[in-house]
Amino acid sequence: MMAPVSAPVRASLFVTCIIDQLYPEAGESVVSVLRRLGVELDFNPAQTCCGQPAFNAGFWGDAKPLARQTIDLLQSDKYVVVPSGSCASMMRVFYAELFHDEPQMQNRAASLASRTFEFSEYIVDVLGITDFSAYTDADSTISTRKVTYHEGCHLRRELGALTQPRTLLNSLPGIELVEMEQSEVCCGFGGTFSVKYPDISGAMLNDKLTFAADTGADTLIACDSSCLMHIGGGIQKRGIDIKPLHLASLIDEQLAGTVGDAS
Amino acid sequence: MQVKTKQFNEAASIALQDEKIQSNLLGLYGGFHQARLDASAATPNWSELQERGRAIKAHTIANLDIYLRMAEENVRKAGGKVFFAKDSEEATRYVTELAQAKGVKTVVKSKSMVSEEMGLNERLEEAGVESVETDLGEYIIQLAGEAPFHIIAPAIHKSREDVSELFEDRLNSPRYTGINDLAQEARRQLREKFIAADMGITGANFIVAETGTLVLVTNEGNGRMCTSMPRIHVAITGMEKVVPSIEDMGIMLRLLIRSATGQRISSYVTAVTGPRLREDEDGPEEFHLVIVDNGRSRLLADPELREALYCLRCGACLNACPVYRKVGGHSYGWVYPGPIGAIVSPMLTNLSDAKDLPYASSLCGACKEACPVKINLPRMLLYLRRQLAEGDNYPQHRTSTIRERLAMKAWRVAASSPFTMSVASNLAKFAQPLLPKVAQDSASSSPIAAWTRHRALPKIPAHPFRKRRKS
Repeated sequence: MMAPVSAPVRASLFVTCIIDQLYPEAGESVVSVLRRLGVELDFNPAQTCCGQPAFNAGFWGDAKPLARQTIDLLQSDKYVVVPSGSCASMMRVFYAELFHDEPQMQNRAASLASRTFEFSEYIVDVLGITDFSAYTDADSTISTRKVTYHEGCHLRRELGALTQPRTLLNSLPGIELVEMEQSEVCCGFGGTFSVKYPDISGAMLNDKLTFAADTGADTLIACDSSCLMHIGGGIQKRGIDIKPLHLASLIDEQLAGTVGDAS
Repeated sequence: MQVKTKQFNEAASIALQDEKIQSNLLGLYGGFHQARLDASAATPNWSELQERGRAIKAHTIANLDIYLRMAEENVRKAGGKVFFAKDSEEATRYVTELAQAKGVKTVVKSKSMVSEEMGLNERLEEAGVESVETDLGEYIIQLAGEAPFHIIAPAIHKSREDVSELFEDRLNSPRYTGINDLAQEARRQLREKFIAADMGITGANFIVAETGTLVLVTNEGNGRMCTSMPRIHVAITGMEKVVPSIEDMGIMLRLLIRSATGQRISSYVTAVTGPRLREDEDGPEEFHLVIVDNGRSRLLADPELREALYCLRCGACLNACPVYRKVGGHSYGWVYPGPIGAIVSPMLTNLSDAKDLPYASSLCGACKEACPVKINLPRMLLYLRRQLAEGDNYPQHRTSTIRERLAMKAWRVAASSPFTMSVASNLAKFAQPLLPKVAQDSASSSPIAAWTRHRALPKIPAHPFRKRRKS
């Protein structure tokens, strides 16, 4: 493996509760990809949830202790990498609103905001990497895949990260990106929204699945495991032949390649 | 209008199962939504224009009393009358009493959302005055006895076949198949009404304070007919529609039309200042401006919600909203649907009754992205949710149940530490094999059953990330 970054860079991983509890392999991919790019991730095992579910439901009193705990936990890290556009938005945008009447906490939230990056943003904007050719395993064969990309709502509209994930997808070896129709439209998850309004959410999901299937892609990529859980659940229910996958896992798989035969 | 905000769930279910509505809603994304994107992309300084528009609205709303007085004074100077109505009841009484006092038999109406708040057509009919909507979409839904489905396209849920059937049924017209024939039929019918009418009622897209000018945007010319043919013109408007100057109005007009239909300018932009003057050849003898509060002061008084008064009623947030594009306009249960409706309707009617509306959003932010004056709609939806959940500013509207509050507390405890999180996760893992049974047993009533109608539940892995990282 080649690692052009000379001094080892350190950053802190906020893995998110959904990856921790439901999709640990996506978290492992984040660690593996960033290690390949020359970054060692620290993981503080005291972390839990950013508090967004309570915040979105209107229970700010219940969201605050979790937000406070997260701010405390990450107060001395130079960079915080979050493999979720939604959780990163919570920490970067919504903490300031949550603590709108507590100036001191607002300052601390602002400090965290300036250090927090979603996974693809961290690679493109902080590390400045937009070309993966130097990071692939030389002796491996890379499989070719046709992928389509679902834009997470918060990643796009709160963080403004429209280009970073696509930049990475386009620079990955062996990847053909086929854009689906309405890729920027919500998949219908919205946390408790999908529980409170399962049928409205289901109708939105249905459109997303149809547009994804129409591309003929074998893999659906997103930067949020919550969207992937929702879309993946729909894929399974409808029996569609497409694999939901976190961007980090795709990068991990493509850069490592397959030793020997490619499919 | 009768408030049916309590029935959001039932109405949404009906809309979701109505294939015709679903198919008509599908056109919004490629239609109005795309047209707005194209129009804004073709406007070189769009973002700057938005900022200017927003600044104008912010300034006007912050000084609303001053600009309303200025507008009042200038309308009077131009020979018009101004009436400030504190609610829709006062506004309705003013208009119906005026119609009766002046011996009005027929009213022609141009589109006005505020008159929908008032349920004005019904009230005029009760007072023995015929009131006819002249915007084609409004005319269609008036014939059908329905409420507007969309702010700028009130009959968008109706297909041409629906309209054809409706015209045959209500107007005894032949069974037309072409849209042009249908429009011609409406035109024939309405022409007679325009000629017969004693009073024209319009809304207002803008009231220019410095000149007392009313500005109307239409594509059918009906607004111009309503303001010029009948002997009395009554304009009804929400108090937030005032803008300081003609120059400001020009900026707002560019934003409004591009965001509403994607046009650079609508077919008609009508500007009216007062009634006809002695030297004028035509125009109404009387001009009345009714400025309606009807709950808007509540938005004005709350700094967290004031922004809702910046709304131009362009409908862009409806077209952009994936929830609106599924449940349609009638589900929201009052005059204003979609994201802006989920904020304005509860506040102009009753928040507790409308508690389902602020939650009818995935908070995806598409509305904020679409809004020409960058209203932060998701933030206001969140604010209303907070009132419903915790009620800090509106304790009387705290509608969350003890069960919901306890569930939230339980979640908070579970998420508070790695240990409690692992306990909760292990419980879930233990319970998961039983879930498919629960889902089947309870048909559609349990949340899990409802959720799994459209998606499978994720499988909880043997070990969480934190454990796998250690090993």
